[in-house]
Amino acid sequence: MDHLTQLEQQSIFIFREAYHYFTKIAMPWSMGKDSNVLIWLARKAFYGKIPFPLLHIDTTFEFPEMYQFRDWAKEYHSIDLIVRVNEDAIARGVNYDTHDPVTVTHELKTVALQQAITEHKWQALITGIRRDEDSTRAKERYFSPRNADFEWDYKDQPPEFWNQFTSRVGPGEHIRVQPLLDWTELDIWLYIRRENIPIPGLYFSREGKRFRSLGCWPITHPVPSKARTVDDIIEELRHTKTSERAGRAQDHHERNAMQKLRAKGFM
Amino acid sequence: MPATLTKEPPAAYAATSGSPAFFPREHTHSISGPVLTQTTPAREKDRFYIVVVGHVDHGKSTFVGRLLHDTDSLPHGKIEQVKKACAAENMDFEYAFLLDALLEEQEQNITIDTTRILFNTGKRDYAIIDAPGHREFLKNMVTGAASASAAFLLIDSREGVQDQSRRHALLLSLLGVKQLIVLVNKMDLSDYSEERFNGIVTEYTAFLSTLGLQPNHFIPITARHGENIANRGDNMPWWQGPTVIEALDSFTNTAALDDKPLRLPLQDVYRWDARRIFAGRIESGRIKPGDKIVFSPGNKAATVKTIENWNGPLLESAGTGESVGITLAEQIFVERGAVASPAENIPYITQTISARIFWLGREPLRQQRTYKIRLTTQETSCIITRIERVIDSATLESISSAEGHTLQINRHEVADITIRTHKPIVFDSHDNISPLGRFVITDNQQIAGGGILLVNDADGQKNDSHLHPTTGKVDRRARESRNGHPGAVIWLTGLSGSGKSTIAAELERQLFDLGRQVYWIDGDNLRLGLNSDLGFSEEDRQENIRRAGEIARHFADAGTILIISLISPSLASRNSVRDRVDRGRFIEVFVNAPLDVCALRDPKGLYAKAKTGEIQNFTGISAPYEIPTTPELELRTDQLSVGDCVAKILDRVNAITRTGDDWVSI
Ligand SMILES: Nc1nc2c(ncn2[C@@H]2O[C@H](COP(=O)(O)OP(=O)(O)OP(=O)(O)O)[C@@H](O)[C@H]2O)c(=O)[nH]1
Ligand SMILES: [Mg+2]
Repeated sequence: MDHLTQLEQQSIFIFREAYHYFTKIAMPWSMGKDSNVLIWLARKAFYGKIPFPLLHIDTTFEFPEMYQFRDWAKEYHSIDLIVRVNEDAIARGVNYDTHDPVTVTHELKTVALQQAITEHKWQALITGIRRDEDSTRAKERYFSPRNADFEWDYKDQPPEFWNQFTSRVGPGEHIRVQPLLDWTELDIWLYIRRENIPIPGLYFSREGKRFRSLGCWPITHPVPSKARTVDDIIEELRHTKTSERAGRAQDHHERNAMQKLRAKGFM
Repeated sequence: MPATLTKEPPAAYAATSGSPAFFPREHTHSISGPVLTQTTPAREKDRFYIVVVGHVDHGKSTFVGRLLHDTDSLPHGKIEQVKKACAAENMDFEYAFLLDALLEEQEQNITIDTTRILFNTGKRDYAIIDAPGHREFLKNMVTGAASASAAFLLIDSREGVQDQSRRHALLLSLLGVKQLIVLVNKMDLSDYSEERFNGIVTEYTAFLSTLGLQPNHFIPITARHGENIANRGDNMPWWQGPTVIEALDSFTNTAALDDKPLRLPLQDVYRWDARRIFAGRIESGRIKPGDKIVFSPGNKAATVKTIENWNGPLLESAGTGESVGITLAEQIFVERGAVASPAENIPYITQTISARIFWLGREPLRQQRTYKIRLTTQETSCIITRIERVIDSATLESISSAEGHTLQINRHEVADITIRTHKPIVFDSHDNISPLGRFVITDNQQIAGGGILLVNDADGQKNDSHLHPTTGKVDRRARESRNGHPGAVIWLTGLSGSGKSTIAAELERQLFDLGRQVYWIDGDNLRLGLNSDLGFSEEDRQENIRRAGEIARHFADAGTILIISLISPSLASRNSVRDRVDRGRFIEVFVNAPLDVCALRDPKGLYAKAKTGEIQNFTGISAPYEIPTTPELELRTDQLSVGDCVAKILDRVNAITRTGDDWVSI
């Protein structure tokens, strides 16, 4: 089995385990490349049907094309979509003009996510994080518990081996299920090409620049690139040595910014 | 970041007038290179997983950092970034910080959890798993090592072979990681002495051979200075053997299980539409439409009709490692945990297991306690019936307790044990089909240990003491279909005087009036008859519940709604019963009234006697009651009327509804 198929089959296995162990699940969907691969894998795992809702945490700072893509894909994949905005933070005027990116990200993403989990009592969230994105994500588990305060206890993670996973969720706690953990950025693009997975157009070069990773527009910067097709991107990634999240300001705000964000519940 | 932000994104990223979705296939024309016509990529290489283990501080993370650096596998500016961060914090730069990314790890210069990093040598893609060496983080080492096909084991040349050098080797052998390269590190601290190197080789080779491990190579290195990793350096001219990079390719891919007989443990059954799809991952062998298969336990035969696929044609066949979904030509009832195999080569089935386990739980593993065992997708409760011997994983000697008989296994110990499972377990020998020959033990749904089944294929342990479950010509579903309702067990648990029997009597009457097949068994009546040989010791109470559970299960299987009222104070015992009853048909009702209310009611005058000590082991007074953690219902009988209680139970019973040709709880 080639390694792309191996990754795909393992991810499908994880989806099915998650669906077995937890009755209340949701899948956050950023509309980015990874989360569109997740949708694809879910449809493969469950033969077309996605048996749980998708959740868009809307920061209100998404690129307009992303909103267009969201509405298009909702129909295309027959998605049961829940959209959440941290209205309270917006009302308090939390935005990138007045606050630092770590605070805004926490308020508009993490807190909004917490509100949604509390309301829907989800036991598990299926997320699209990968080890190669960040050195703290490299230490993650496929089934990664978060306590009632949404904290990740990275100093004491449960063991996980032989495809057996922690399925304990206490009151208020949830498990992050991470089927793409072992995929790399290049794997994602190879798979998008192999499967012909629809994605937003923002990943492709315009005026000599493209986005490698998509977040809130005020803090997400395109990188110089001529790649206008998936083939181009694959070729570019085979040679690049800059990191994927270089264009995401909140990661670089201070030393170990990612660890701090993630410990508090960020994905 | 600009000082002020506009309220709209740049014009280039305003809303698009075209389609917001980009399909790769429609855009294969490339402007930056030649036009590509090929849409499926060339076969990507396999990825080979290697774990790095060894005693704390022997230089594992430094080695991995150096390996990445020397093979030019780090992203641009990564080293500079870490060096800058170190300078800012007044810390010496360590190659280990490339892996040890957590603040706590850098501050204490220790690895807490495993990291995985990819690199390639041009010949092969590798995933390197850096494991922690500190004893405290053994569970993380196991997590990392279990997914590897080979290992680097590091030994500090000055400190020599230490506790974790031995323990990690033992765990590698249990995890089935048999390919190994030993790196004798920090040669600079032993004056690059060939003699010292040879001394360690001799000592460690002898130890490894007792585990049946034979390393591919021993290599002297200095991780910090990068000697004998990618480059040789000038300090060890006596070393004629390979560098690490040269030795890497001596690791071979582990044999695929494609040629073994089919083992397909079911994960789930999906019924979104007219199809009934049996989903699972093929652990060994292959499958194709038309294959005659048998599900164990239960020996249910069927024929594979299709191998389903989404967004593509049905599959013509599937092999080991594939997550498939099949449909069957016959209508049979099987659930998660059933293992499909060829009729002529079925796995072993047993309820008594001999195993070698390693224990990672914070609490010791105790003899006679109930745990859960998971083997592939099978899960059932089990009791550790006997701890045969505990092995000191550092010295490999048996630890014997004062009485000559050990009753518990402490964290990080390895032991040989006997386990009795509640439901039959389907397995193969670890040597033959490893995924079916290993299991984990869970305590409160967390993995607390892992083990390898000890079985000799020649024993032909195909059946547990020659007992087979016998099935007749009328099955549960036929009975339920005639009755027009499902069988079920309504288990009323709670303190004496909490109101179990009162509720049970009324519930039975109402269900009977509704035309249901119903029967009520009261704990006291059981003790007067079937269980009259049992007392009130911990063991007898467990046996009392076990028998009650077995009877209840038979009634449910016969299509009856069985009400049972029994104090049943043990959580584990109740959960064992739940496990034995078909899914969704066990309704645990926690009949809850505060102890003082029960004592005040005291309908049989028992609390009074318990308080004076006339009755011993009385639940709530002199014996514990373990509150249900996940009851289907909790009834506060000090707040609700009997009628309300019964109504709530009836609602719950009615929630078991018919879907398709079976009944499920909603
Ligand atoms: N002199 C010398 N020091 C070394 C060498 N390799 C590693 N060290 C030092 O040994 C110390 C421990 O190294 P680490 O790589 O953190 O050890 P580790 O095995 O990963 O430790 P844990 O993961 O916590 O078990 C660091 O200060 C390294 O710089 C070497 O070849 N020579
Ligand atoms: Mg380390």
